Amino acid sequence: MSEKVGVYICHCGTNIAKTVDVEEVALWAGEQDHVDVAREYKFMCSSLGQELIEEDIKEKGLTKIVVASCSPHMHEKTFRTACVRGGLNPFMFEMANIREHDSWTTDDREAATLKAKALTKAAIERVIHNQPLEPLPVEINPNTLVVGGGIAGISAALELAEAGNHVYLVEREPSIGGHMAQLDKTFPTLDCSACILTPKMVDVGQHPNITLLTYSEVEAVGGYLGNFDVTVRKKARYVDEEHCTGCGICIEKCPYKVVDNVFEAGLGARKVIYRPFPQAVPKYPVIDTENCVYFQRGKCKACQIFCPTDPNSIDFEQQDEILQIVVGNIILATGFDLFDVSQIPQYGYGRLANVFTSLEFERMVNASGPTDGKIVLRDLETPPESVVIIHCVGSRDENYHKYCSKVCCMYSLKFAHLIHERLPEAEVYNCYIDMRTPGKGYEEFYNRLLEEGTHFIRGKVAEVSDVARIEEEEGKLIVQVADTLISKQRRIPVDMVILSPAMEARNDSQEVSQLFRMGCDFDGFFVERHPKLDPVATMTEGIYIAGACQGPKDVPDTVSQGAAAAARVASFISRGTVMMEPIRASINQELCSGCRICNTMCPYNAIVFHEDSNVSEVITALCQGCGTCVAACPSGIITGAHFTNDQLLAQIEGILWDVRSNLDLVPVE
Amino acid sequence: MTENAKPKLAMYWASSCGGCEISILNIHEKILIVDEVFDIAFFPCIADFKTKDVKGYPDGYIDVCLFNGAIRNSENEEMAHLLRQKSKVLVAYGSCSYEGCIPALSNLTTKQATLDTVFLDNPTIDNPEGILPQPRYEVPEGELELPVFYNTVKSLDQVVDVDYYLPGCPPEPPQIWAVLEIVVAALLEGAPLPPKGAIVGARDVAVCEECPLEKHEKTINRFYRPYEIIPEPGLCLLEQGLVCVGPATRAGCGALCPQVGMSCRGCYGPLDDVEDQGAKMLSAIASVIGVGDPSMEEDELEREIQAVVDTIPDPAGTFYRFSMAHSLLRRANLNGGNGKGEAK
Ligand SMILES: Cc1cc2nc3c(=O)[nH]c(=O)nc-3n(C[C@H](O)[C@H](O)[C@H](O)COP(=O)(O)OP(=O)(O)OC[C@H]3O[C@@H](n4cnc5c(N)ncnc54)[C@H](O)[C@@H]3O)c2cc1C
Ligand code: SF4
Ligand code: SF4
Ligand code: SF4
Repeated sequence: MSEKVGVYICHCGTNIAKTVDVEEVALWAGEQDHVDVAREYKFMCSSLGQELIEEDIKEKGLTKIVVASCSPHMHEKTFRTACVRGGLNPFMFEMANIREHDSWTTDDREAATLKAKALTKAAIERVIHNQPLEPLPVEINPNTLVVGGGIAGISAALELAEAGNHVYLVEREPSIGGHMAQLDKTFPTLDCSACILTPKMVDVGQHPNITLLTYSEVEAVGGYLGNFDVTVRKKARYVDEEHCTGCGICIEKCPYKVVDNVFEAGLGARKVIYRPFPQAVPKYPVIDTENCVYFQRGKCKACQIFCPTDPNSIDFEQQDEILQIVVGNIILATGFDLFDVSQIPQYGYGRLANVFTSLEFERMVNASGPTDGKIVLRDLETPPESVVIIHCVGSRDENYHKYCSKVCCMYSLKFAHLIHERLPEAEVYNCYIDMRTPGKGYEEFYNRLLEEGTHFIRGKVAEVSDVARIEEEEGKLIVQVADTLISKQRRIPVDMVILSPAMEARNDSQEVSQLFRMGCDFDGFFVERHPKLDPVATMTEGIYIAGACQGPKDVPDTVSQGAAAAARVASFISRGTVMMEPIRASINQELCSGCRICNTMCPYNAIVFHEDSNVSEVITALCQGCGTCVAACPSGIITGAHFTNDQLLAQIEGILWDVRSNLDLVPVE
Repeated sequence: MTENAKPKLAMYWASSCGGCEISILNIHEKILIVDEVFDIAFFPCIADFKTKDVKGYPDGYIDVCLFNGAIRNSENEEMAHLLRQKSKVLVAYGSCSYEGCIPALSNLTTKQATLDTVFLDNPTIDNPEGILPQPRYEVPEGELELPVFYNTVKSLDQVVDVDYYLPGCPPEPPQIWAVLEIVVAALLEGAPLPPKGAIVGARDVAVCEECPLEKHEKTINRFYRPYEIIPEPGLCLLEQGLVCVGPATRAGCGALCPQVGMSCRGCYGPLDDVEDQGAKMLSAIASVIGVGDPSMEEDELEREIQAVVDTIPDPAGTFYRFSMAHSLLRRANLNGGNGKGEAK
């Protein structure tokens, strides 16, 4: 093989050079077979570094390039592009990661230098076998699917629709709005949540570019970036959207009420035919068939009788509809669930009546909520004289969630403020572990609360009980907390306790991530492509994430992510076609035995079996190059482009370059 | 060439069971054609030759040598070198010589353990003095010599240069005949020979291609040993939980075993693009284990998978039955380098 390899060892400032003897590695690399040039340079990714590569290719006729520097995640593209400018196919390049995999892992200079050689040698051996590959053009369908109609989904949908693109917005509940619709005021500015949210909801409902599918769920997703085939089930509302005017007479006339565990968080009631809240979008009600007397016992029909439209809009015979849509990109904005506080029995929720969750409190303080905004105890009459707000319930706790939920400190402060505002005489205590208020205007809001007379106790609450030890505690909830600032155990008798539970991943996030073939982290939140540089993309091309489904966050961050995901999608749409990495699998049709081992392997359903010719085939456009089938094929006839046997075995030989000679090979005898 | 112008044929057995010699005879009346075309220069199984006869031949005297059996001891190795020197074309004939086969399974243990099993620990052995074979032994008549028993079994090409490989345990008669025809045509009519190093007498697809059993998508939730189930006729055995190595094995045999309900053992060896037949089949099998569901906790899922894996009692012997010597593993690590102790 007459390959001429150029090897470039990067200092990465001192990131690599501090622990790896880069000069030594470069000298050594220059002596390896096939290597024509070996250099070290301060920053290979700089334009000067890239020019080195370009010039060497042109002047010395290099055929293959190796850069030993950082992770391919960071700069593979940079260097591939440099190769192209020099006149090489981008795949004639190989990267060795001597930073994340080497210099950052140790202070041992000798060991790090040796490992840098091994990694570089592996790249040299591999690159010799690299083959030119051509990117695959894919046409992008201009329609987008947004899943979840919380503020994240709403922001993304509007952003795209405003730019002239069609959006399908699929929301599971009867109305869009998500958690934000349940909130009263929003920190730190205390604007009324509904006032800022409902105009956006209305825009979504009326936008000519948005097809709003509420009370609907995605059932199946096929296809790939540019052309996803999506199956949506639109559940029967039993209300004909074409004729219903949303007058609400049916709701008024329905004789049955049930506890509303969803929107009112169990604190209020709703009718059996209902709209989750007055400003719901769309305005059409839904019949809750589980509680509907007509559906259960065949009698009533009050709603139908009183519906004033002609033809009547109540349709007891309505069926679920299955819709097939084709979209080019998908944005997931499925939000979060609230931690189930009954998992911490010592806080007494469910057992002690006057222990509330934050969401219950949000509904309570909301002027259109079940108490018309009055702060009262569970009897719905008595205002509390004293309240403890417990932060970090289920967050920053080894037993539940290790992470910080990011918004609880701020909304707990918001609660304290609202109590001071509505019940100026009440004593308010906030028990926190650490006060976390980073964000524009957030620390200022905290300072404001310090002045409003809230008692701040730094300590984790051990227990909430109703067992009095002294007279003042009689009939009260006693909050036992170690006040770490004065190193004292305290027992605080109060009337009301509000728990601020963790924001956690949706309980079905695992299934949703599988449906859309992208990943979930350990906590169930969707995984972004890169935590810093690509926070709204996922590992699956064409699938984006926004809002609290990616991790706990407040409204401003959620809105930014919604817009960011929309911008990413819009850029694809305006390009019309994209070039995709040609790293795909292919099956040698001549040699496939039709054993069908690979047929169930592909997580992207890219493999089809042809009954007539008895062979399997990879649909190139569907394949994401994951390599699963390549490993599975017992005939070894599925090739993963850019990951061939030759390339991988050469890489292994390379990485073991100094091991082979040390091997204590077993004597023949 | 000698006075007789007929090409010279040799067949030798190193560490093997003798089945390969039988397979040659199994070509039935065609053996007469072999006799007509060739002069037998060395074939200890059917004709009386001594090693010294071979030593007396000039180099390259034998036109074709079919060498079967693995290299297990010093005599096997000496014969391999001798026959290489005396033969124009050296064929690794049969699985033992091609990739080690059953003898090479002893690479999973040590020479000592093998000798102990055979001469000491076996319940049917009566050896109170613990006598083990010795390479040299003094008797009144002089010194007796036995070949040295090696620790590691090797394939033929791990000791000498090999021209062609003819796989199978043993190779199937039609394939043997097809190869002989090519050789005869080359010797008598100057027809071209296959490129050096070629695998002859076999195909480049897997056994499943020749297997008429009906195949479906595969998800397996437990494996069976042959005595544990009566397979449903007409249906792929692997799908029914019988470990069939057919998908990882070169075709050419006509898929005889699966057609009679016995899953493929893998004797024709790996396909061209496979580095290690055992590992490949293992990875295929691991891919189609279908238990558990995504909602399961990881350790629960792991237990379920482990339970399925546990229904394969001898994975090394199952997946590396024929290919141990030629595999990436080659043998168990005797130096205990993995921290898990020595080979047993
Ligand atoms: C008590 C409390 C108070 C808060 N107060 C504030 C505050 O004052 N200021 C502030 O900035 N932030 C506050 N937050 C945080 C705020 O609620 C979130 O930042 C915001 O709601 C996140 O929006 P989202 O769209 O990502 O998720 P969500 O609001 O959860 O919306 C997700 C939507 O997706 C739908 N969905 C879910 N799964 C599916 C599916 N599979 N298919 C279809 N649809 C689906 C859901 O029905 C929902 O409508 C508070 C949070 C809590 C819990
Ligand atoms: S490499 Fe194979 S399993 Fe992976 S996406 Fe492609 S076809 Fe599917
Ligand atoms: S696993 Fe390999 S041989 Fe079997 S059907 Fe798939 S591609 Fe063909
Ligand atoms: S029985 Fe064996 S050889 Fe036949 S199709 Fe199934 S796996 Fe392949």
